[in-house]
This record gives sequence, structure tokens and C-alpha cells, in this order.
Amino acid sequence: MDQPQYSLDPRVNRLRLLESGEPVEVQEGENWNSFEVFHQEKRGAHHEHVGCVHAPNAQLALVFAKEQFARRKKCVNLWVVRSADILAFNAEDEDMFANNAEKTYRDASGFKVMEKINQFKKSTHDKK
Amino acid sequence: MTKNDALARMLTAMADDALIQGHRNSEWTGLGPIMEEDIAFSSMAQDKIGHAWALYRILQEELGGEEPDSFAFLRNEKDYRCCHFVEYPNGEYDFSLMRHFLFDHAEAIRYQQLRESAFAPLRPLAEKLKGEIKYHTLHANAWIAQLCRAGEESYARMQSALNTCFPLALGIFEPDPEAGAILEAEGIYPGEAKLKEMWLDRVYNLCAAAGLNLPAESSVTPEYGGRKGYHTEYLQPLLEEMGAVFRSDPQATW
Repeated sequence: MDQPQYSLDPRVNRLRLLESGEPVEVQEGENWNSFEVFHQEKRGAHHEHVGCVHAPNAQLALVFAKEQFARRKKCVNLWVVRSADILAFNAEDEDMFANNAEKTYRDASGFKVMEKINQFKKSTHDKK
Repeated sequence: MTKNDALARMLTAMADDALIQGHRNSEWTGLGPIMEEDIAFSSMAQDKIGHAWALYRILQEELGGEEPDSFAFLRNEKDYRCCHFVEYPNGEYDFSLMRHFLFDHAEAIRYQQLRESAFAPLRPLAEKLKGEIKYHTLHANAWIAQLCRAGEESYARMQSALNTCFPLALGIFEPDPEAGAILEAEGIYPGEAKLKEMWLDRVYNLCAAAGLNLPAESSVTPEYGGRKGYHTEYLQPLLEEMGAVFRSDPQATW
């Protein structure tokens, strides 16, 4: 059997696979996780995804994210969430969204309301 | 000694500590244990040099001191007032991290007190640096907590780093009775002895939470001398390297 390969990267802890082919359980904390980072530019604004960091736990992920993604420009808060905790569709399910472009009747831009809004503004202005 | 002489002594010591600690920490740039930490540690090193600059500016503007760049880079070794703690080479990451932890908690306490200083120029500075120092201590606390529960070897190295750093860290609070008496009487700051007590309280609790034993103060000999201009053999080579580019053309504009 080949010698296990050790990496210089402390986050990479290569698992020893047993010859018998039994499943290997990865213990909590044995490997670093990646965390997705979300940045908030001002209070009340949405947190926006800006990238990811590797960290041994959420606390350090937040510490890293601060210098990684918030040392320049404006920032008031950050979120981190373990990448593995995010649920997403599979790439092959993209066909579910395929006809979106044709359904223009679902676009909010189809409603013509500016006329009514202007009329309302004018009426309240006239009352003053 | 006048009040201004005492102030100049205090500010020079604070600024030199920040400058030398900042330079030492910047030596990790490109060599940090992982990329994210490399960036965070380098960024905090820059902050420290910024703190030094702000203090040199106060020395210049309020107390008739020299221009900050030449004061920072062109003095003779014996005219620096940094403590020995910041002079020691980085060694391994456990030492650097423990130094960062002990040093930044001392900074946090000092600047917290200076927010009420009778010397007005220090108040807005202390207010301005509050957030930066908060991050520095948060970063240090997170690493100490993490490495103290990351296995036997990791824990042993953190405890050993603490034992090495503790007598050196006490050097931050080296007494200066003559200047200290004036500064305390003028309400400029509460004095090194009081800052040290507050620091010991805070650091003791954080160490206890991480399972580390903070050595008893009475069991060690604090490493003093820096505040009087006596330095370790490591300061002179650091100054030569740090000031090399500046000295190549002191008149250059940056």
C-alpha cells in the first residue's frame, strides 16, 4: 500500500482509506470548512455574497472575512455560513428555468401605473 | 522635568512600541500559516504602524517634536523607547500570536483610559483607534481559544509561548517614576501600575477560559530596560533593515 500523502497545507488532512473498503467517518474539526461570506454595506441593506474563506470554525471564519472582504470600502456587518449548509439545485435542473424569458407577462414592468401615481400626487398637491 | 517632557516620554514609548511591533508582525507577510491569516496579520501590522505615525504626529504638532518619518527612522538605537517584548524576532507562529494577544490587550486598556485623558489630543485618537484595536483583540482571542483546544501539542505550545512571553510582556509596564508621577497628577493617564493591574485581570480571565495558566507575577522577573534606552541585541538589526530605504534618500517625497 502507498504511503499516505501529507500536504503542506494545514487545512488538508488526507484521509487514510482502509483496504477493506469500509466507509471512513470524518470527525468534526478534522478538516477545515469553507464558509461563504456576505457583506452588508449599510444598515438595513441586503447582505450580498462576496466570496468565501477557509476556517476551522465559524468564529475564525468571521475574523478572516473581516480582513478578507471588509478592509476596504464601506461595511457595517458580515455574515458567514458554512458552504456545506447551503442547499442548491443541481446544474442539470437548469431546464426548470428555461422558459422564463418567454413569460414576459410575469414581469412587473408590464404594469402601467405612473399615470395614476402622477394623478394622485397632483390631487394631494392641489389640496394643500 | 516639565509636563511636556513627561508627555513626550510617554508618547515616544507608545509610538515606538507600535512601530516595532508593527514592523515585526509585517515580517510575517507572505509567510503566514494560511492565506486568510497572512492577510489579516499583515493588515493589523499596517494598523500598528499607522498608530505609531499618529502618535509621532502629536509629538510633532503639540510638543515641538521632529518630523514623524525622520523621527521614526533616523534615531540612534539608544534613543528608542520601545520595550524588549516587541524587539524579539518572530520565532514560530505560537510566539508571534501570543505576543500579539498580550500586547494588544495592553493596548486596548491603555487607549480605553486615554479616552478620558486630560491631554486633549489623545482623546480623539483613542476614540478613532477603538474599533481597530477591538478587531486586533478579537482576532487574538479567537486564535488562542482555537489553538488551545486543537490537541495536546497545540495546547502545550500555547502554554509554553505564554510562559516565554509573560515576563517580556510585563516590560510594557516598566515604571518611569519621575514622568509617571507628573502624568498621573495631571490626569493624563492612570499610570503603568494601574494599567498593569487591569491588564492582568483581563488576560487572566481570557487565559483561564482557554485553559491556560497565567504565571504568577511574583514568580517571574519582568524584562525592563527598553523605556530607558537599553535594548536587546535584536533591535539594531531591525532598525537597519526598517530604515534602509528611507536612509537611502531622506529628502525623497513619497
